[in-house]
Amino acid sequence: MELRLSDKSLLPVLTALLLLGCGLSLAVGAMHIAWQDVVAGLLHWTWPGALDLDVPEQYALVLGEIRLPRLLLGLIVGGTLGMCGAVLQGMFRNPLAEPGIIGVSSGAAVGAGTVLVFGSVLAGSLGALSFLGSWAGTLFEQVQWFLLPAFASAGAILATWLVYVLGDRGRSVVMMLLAGIAVSALAGAVLGMFAYVATDTALRDMTMWQLGSLAGATWTSVLVTGCIFMASSVLLWRRAGDLNALLLGESEARHLGVDVLGLKRQIIVLNGIAVGAVVSVSGIIGFIGLVVPHIVRLLRGPDHRFLIPYSALLGGLLLTVADTIARSVFAPAELPVGILTAIIGAPFFLFLLWQQRRQIA
Amino acid sequence: MLLKISDLSIRYPRAESPLLEHISLDFHCGQVTALLGPNGCGKTSLLRAISGELSYAGHIQLLGRPQADWYRSQKARRALARRYGLLAQHSNLNFAFTCREVVLLGLGPGSLSRAQQDTRIQHFMQRADVWHLRDRLFPSLSGGEKQRVQLARVLSQLSLADPSDEKILLLDEPTSALDLKHQHEVLALAREVADEKTAVIAVLHDLNLAARYADRMVMLARGRIQADGPPADLLQPALIEQVYGYRGQLVDVAGYSALL
Repeated sequence: MELRLSDKSLLPVLTALLLLGCGLSLAVGAMHIAWQDVVAGLLHWTWPGALDLDVPEQYALVLGEIRLPRLLLGLIVGGTLGMCGAVLQGMFRNPLAEPGIIGVSSGAAVGAGTVLVFGSVLAGSLGALSFLGSWAGTLFEQVQWFLLPAFASAGAILATWLVYVLGDRGRSVVMMLLAGIAVSALAGAVLGMFAYVATDTALRDMTMWQLGSLAGATWTSVLVTGCIFMASSVLLWRRAGDLNALLLGESEARHLGVDVLGLKRQIIVLNGIAVGAVVSVSGIIGFIGLVVPHIVRLLRGPDHRFLIPYSALLGGLLLTVADTIARSVFAPAELPVGILTAIIGAPFFLFLLWQQRRQIA
Repeated sequence: MLLKISDLSIRYPRAESPLLEHISLDFHCGQVTALLGPNGCGKTSLLRAISGELSYAGHIQLLGRPQADWYRSQKARRALARRYGLLAQHSNLNFAFTCREVVLLGLGPGSLSRAQQDTRIQHFMQRADVWHLRDRLFPSLSGGEKQRVQLARVLSQLSLADPSDEKILLLDEPTSALDLKHQHEVLALAREVADEKTAVIAVLHDLNLAARYADRMVMLARGRIQADGPPADLLQPALIEQVYGYRGQLVDVAGYSALL
């Protein structure tokens, strides 16, 4: 099957869908807000009192403090996962690679878990020393916004590197998938051990990670992940031409003038930083990075110059829509969005496996 | 001299004896050189060493500079890529590029206009006899078709070189997946390319094909060069037996010598 749409037809449709998804995500939820109230509420939250608008105060609060950061975080997390899936598949030269499947996200969760568990334990024991008092705990809370993504990124980089080396540098699909299983299992075991030493708060955060959710969205997390997303997407997109050459094979890319080692190093690090940052705020949301690049390839072709930006766009759209569904089907209770993406994504993964069974075996 | 190999030895870790020992070879512009020898004699390894993908002892001078110089900066890498191409034996591209797009990858992010790119792609795809496949998806092709598309890509890559520059084209078993007609067509094309200021080095298995299209044959066996010279001198049953361990018979057909 081959569609190959042009930017002229694809971009307007995708943008329209994205705007629709954003509007829906702001309007729908435990509290339904009418379309005109969404606009009025956001304006009122941005410039309180400047415009004489007749909207309930709580609408403005829900929109500005809860739904808008959550919407933006969804776009950032989905965009990052879509883009990173596309880039990882390029580096592994294999359309089955995905941050969740090959254990990159699990590695990030271990990194973030290390900070939460040992950070709070360390802060607690330092705080027990009377002369330090509550100062240590406050300090920890102050630097947590930075430490969490930093450690998560380190975990993700380590996991990617491990899977890449064990997977015979992209030559063997089977080894890559097996290495991914091993890394995920190891990460699961480490997280399980953390659960025994964790405080109640840390435990709650860790459970949320393993399911994947956007419920923890704050303006701080939007800002941190947003900046990292912007920077990493620009840097990765600049290597799109080199990634295309790499698809031909390492030796071929080398003969086309690509610094293959440098390229792979850069991808592993940038991909790790980006995935680490989003996992540290949203947990492991699987399969976005698998499904999205696949759809984009069908619509626009496998050229990374288009695949990377479109995957980011479609990933953001898909996760936003999924999150809107996840928090409205059982409202006021909320389904972790990671469960929803897995329900859709896992059968898709099986379908791809079945489709490729001859090449893999 | 485009490529000068001096005193090259290759030894794989944990191997009992070196794969290649103290090999010295020069390659010249305008020549098609066939690298021949039994399986596992180190032909492909020699190509990989020339490309800097394999560590070796000795010295390789590539396009007038020590090989390592070409990999020091991005600028040098790109400059090398315009003058130095490799057609690998297998291509495992798993993504649904059309054949046209694959050939376009050879032109890279260069300075050509859209129209110039189109003309070149058409030119080289026609020369490799794959223009009719241009809109087909690359993974759906047969092995031989893939190889010819890749050849068109490598040729378009070398077309980026300055017209005054000399070039090197390495072909790793270019005929292994091809049918009879295309074996001859591809080697005839290699012959033409050599006349366009290029040194062509081809790993081949078919002695008769090599004898017909190459200007020079180099036979490797047991880690050393067993013979090096024009095909007419090398197509001798005694020498062939020494290299391959197989005694053939030389027959003359329509002006060509053929080994049966």
